[in-house]
Amino acid sequence: MLAYTVRRMLMLIPVLLGMSIVVFSIIHAIPGDPAQTILGERATPEAIEDLREQLGLNNPWYVQYFSYLGQVVTGDLGVSLHSKSEISTEIVPYLAATVELTIFSMIFAVFVGVNAGIISAWKQNSWFDYICMLMALIGVSMPIFWLGLMEQWYFAQELKLLPSVGRDNPRDAVEAITHLYIVDTILQGRWDQLKDVLQHLVLPSIALGTIPMAIIARITRSSMLEVMRSDYIRTARAKGLGQFIVVYKHALKNSLIPVLTIVGLQTGALLGGAILTETIFGWPGVGRYIYTAIGNRDYPVIQSGILVVASIFVMINLVVDLLYAYVDPRIKYR
Amino acid sequence: MKKRTLGTALTSVLALSMVLTGCGGNSAEPANSTKEQPAQETKSGDKTIIVGRGGDSVGLDPIRETDGESAKVTENIFDTLVSYEETSTKVIPGLAESWEVSPDGLTYTFKLRQGVKFHDGTDFNAEAVVFNFNRWMDKSNPLYDKEGFEYYNDMFGGYKGDKDHVIASVTAKDANTVEIKLSRPQAPFLQNLAMWCFAIASPDALKKYGEKFTENPVGTGPFKFVEWKRNDSITLEKNPNYWNQGFPKLDKVIFKTIPENSARLTALQAGEIDLMDGLNPEDVKTVEENADLQLFKRPSMNVGYLGFNVEKKPFDNPKVRQAIGHAINKQGLVDAFYAGLGEPATNPMPPSLWGFNDQIKDREYNLDKAKQLLAEAGFPNGFQTTFWAMPVPRPYIPDGPKMAEAMQQDFKKIGIDAKIVTMEWATYLDKTKVGEQDMFMLGWTGDNGDPDNFLSVFFNKNNIGGNNRSRYANDELQGILMKAQAEPDQAKREEMYKKAQEIVFNEVPLIPLVHSTPPLAGKKGITGYVPHPKGSESLEKVDIQ
Repeated sequence: MLAYTVRRMLMLIPVLLGMSIVVFSIIHAIPGDPAQTILGERATPEAIEDLREQLGLNNPWYVQYFSYLGQVVTGDLGVSLHSKSEISTEIVPYLAATVELTIFSMIFAVFVGVNAGIISAWKQNSWFDYICMLMALIGVSMPIFWLGLMEQWYFAQELKLLPSVGRDNPRDAVEAITHLYIVDTILQGRWDQLKDVLQHLVLPSIALGTIPMAIIARITRSSMLEVMRSDYIRTARAKGLGQFIVVYKHALKNSLIPVLTIVGLQTGALLGGAILTETIFGWPGVGRYIYTAIGNRDYPVIQSGILVVASIFVMINLVVDLLYAYVDPRIKYR
Repeated sequence: MKKRTLGTALTSVLALSMVLTGCGGNSAEPANSTKEQPAQETKSGDKTIIVGRGGDSVGLDPIRETDGESAKVTENIFDTLVSYEETSTKVIPGLAESWEVSPDGLTYTFKLRQGVKFHDGTDFNAEAVVFNFNRWMDKSNPLYDKEGFEYYNDMFGGYKGDKDHVIASVTAKDANTVEIKLSRPQAPFLQNLAMWCFAIASPDALKKYGEKFTENPVGTGPFKFVEWKRNDSITLEKNPNYWNQGFPKLDKVIFKTIPENSARLTALQAGEIDLMDGLNPEDVKTVEENADLQLFKRPSMNVGYLGFNVEKKPFDNPKVRQAIGHAINKQGLVDAFYAGLGEPATNPMPPSLWGFNDQIKDREYNLDKAKQLLAEAGFPNGFQTTFWAMPVPRPYIPDGPKMAEAMQQDFKKIGIDAKIVTMEWATYLDKTKVGEQDMFMLGWTGDNGDPDNFLSVFFNKNNIGGNNRSRYANDELQGILMKAQAEPDQAKREEMYKKAQEIVFNEVPLIPLVHSTPPLAGKKGITGYVPHPKGSESLEKVDIQ
C-alpha cells in the first residue's frame, strides 16, 4: 500500500509541471505586449514599464518560467493587478465558499444518488425503478440555471422556507476565521448562525448536486445489477440472510468502485464548474472570482486561480485512486 | 475489516447529509426529518437596508475606478466640493459652502464648510483639498495612481504639466478657503467637480494605507466603511457626525451582490433584500402588481446608439449612414426591449439636459426611402457588413444581440446583409476603441450633466482611440465643441451645442436609438429614495419603516 501510494504521488509531479507550463503560457498567449494590453492604451510608458518589471516580462521566457515555478512552489501566487492584494490570501474566502458548497452538493448527490441507484437495482423493473431512472435522465439534462431559479421561486419566494441568495444573513454576518462558515460558526458557538448558514447551503447544494446525483444514481444502479447477479450474492441469499443485509452489506461494497470514480471526477468538476450556480445564488466562490478576473484582465489572478483549482482536481483524483486500492486490494498490483 | 470501516464511514456521511439537507430525502421516504424552518431571521439592526445589485465594486478609491458599481458605494462614503441637486444635474454646495468665480472665469474661490471631520477623526480643511488635488494631477506625487486617473485626464485636459491641462494651481488661502486658478476658462468646471470621482479623501488615511486605500476608504460622507466581503457584500454604517444635520436616517447600508436579475427580484420578493437595481423590463409588471413592493424609475441620462466606423467603407459615405437611419424602427425597439421604459432618441444626448435641440425632427422609419438613399450612394443592391452587438446588458441597451437581430431583419429588407458579431465585453470595448468594427452598438451614461459630456465624448476628434468609436473627425464640429468648452456664457454655449447636434444629425456618425429610464424596485416601506439621473446616488435621505 505504501509503495503504491508513493508511486502514485510521484506520478503527480509531471502532471503538476505540465499544468504549470500551461498556466504560465496564458500570459504569453495575449497578443501584443501583455503589459500594454492589461493597462489599456492610456497608460503612461512608465506604468507599462513598471508592470513589465512586476510581471518579469523583461527576462527571457525560461528565466520567467523558473522564477514563476519557484514562486508557486513557495506558495507565492503573485499579486492581483486589481485589488493589489496577495492572491494567496485573497483567494482563501472564495475557495472556502466553493469548497463548502462542493462538499454539501456531493453529500446530497451521493446520499440521494447511491440510495436511489441501490433501490432501483434491488427493485429492478418496478415502478420505483422506472421513476428513479426517469428522474435521473431528467436530472442529467436539467439546466442548472433553470433549476436554481425555480428553487428560489418556490422555496424562497412562495414558501418563504429557505433563503435564496448568499452564504449568510447579511444583517447578522458571520465573522470569518477559516472562511468555512460552518466551521467558523461552530468555533464561535453561534448555533443560530450555524443554522442560518446551513439553510443558505440547501438550495445551491441541490442545484449544483443534481447532475452528479443523477449520474451517480445511474452508475450505482448498473454496477449493483452486475454485482447482484454474482455467485457470492446467491450464496448470501442461500444462507438465509435478509434482503437488506444482502444489498447494503454484501452487494454495495463491491459496486462502489465505479461510483468512487464518478464521485471523484464530479467533485473536481464542481469545484471549477460551479460558476452558474454561484451566479444565480450570489455565492462568492472561486468560479466567479476567476470569471470576474477575466473581465478585469487580472492575469495573475486568472493564472493562480486556474492553478489552484486544477491542483485540487489532481489531488482529488489522487485520493480517489488511493481509495480504489483501499476498496479493492487487487488494484495496487497492477 | 477495512471494508467495514469504509461502509461505516459512508453510512455516517449519508446520515449526516440527511440531517443537514433536511428535505433531501428521496420521494419514497416520509418527510420524517423535514422540519419547518422559519425564513431568515432579521434580528439585528435598528435601521438596516440591504441593496441588491448585479456586480461587486471594483474598488473603493474613487480616483481609481470608473464603474458604476464602485460609484454607488463611494458616493456614500465620500463628499465632493460641490454636488448635484437631488433630481437634476444642477450644481449645489457640497463640502464647499459657497464659491465665487472671477469675471474672466479663471479663478474659483471656494469657502469650505467648517467643523467637518473625516471618518478617521482628522479635520477636513483647505490643506486636505489641496492634498487631494495634488494626488490627482501631479504625476510626481508619491500617492499619484500610476495607472492614471482617467476621469481627471478626461475632464481637466490631462495632468499637471500637460499642454491642455485646465487647472493651473490649487492653493489654500486660509484654513477654510481654497483658490483654484485655471489656465483657460472651462465652462463645465463646476459640473465636473461635482462628479463622484472628485471625492475628497482623508490625507492621513491615504498616507497610511497607500495602495490599500481602495479597501480602506475614509471620507467625510454620510456612511462609514465597515467591511467588504468581495463578490458578496459591502457594509457601511452611519456617520453620526455627518455635517448635514439629521442625516443619514439609516444605521446601516449593506450592498449585496446578486449577479442574476431574476434571482435578485426573487430575493426582494422573499424579503432578503430591501432595494434593487437592474430590474428586467419584463418584470416591471410583477413589481407593480405586488402590494409589498414599489417601483422607481431612474430619469434618463443616457443614450444607446448604433455607431459606424466612418473610416471603413461603405460607412465613409454619409448617404449610407442616412439610409440606415431610415431603416431603424426605434419605437419598435422601445416597446419590445425596454417594456416601454424609454423614448426613441433623436440626438446623442438626452432631452433632460440643457442645450438639447428639440427642433430636430427624426428621420422617419421608411424602408423605401432607405433603399433609395442606398441607391444614390451607389449601393442599389446593398452590401455585406458586420454588426457588432454588446454581449452584456446595460441600462441603455438591455439586450444587445436580440436588438441587433431585430434591426438585422430590417437591414436585410433594404439589401444590407449584416452578420452579427459578439465577443467578451472587455475585448468588445477594446476592439471598438481601435476601430476593428464596421457597425456597432454601444451607449453612454452621462457623468456630469453637461452636453459636453455627451457631444465631446462621442465626436471630439481627440477621443478617437477612446470613446469616439465612430472615429469621426469634422473640423467644423470640432471648432464648435472646443469653443463651447471654453465659453463661460451659458446661453451662448446652449446655441453652440444646438448647432453641433444639427451637424451630427445630418452627418450621422452614429444613430441614437433610445434614452432609457432604468427601472428599480424596493420594499413599500422605503422612503426618501430618489434615483439620480447620473446612475448612482447617496442614500443619506433614505429611511425605512
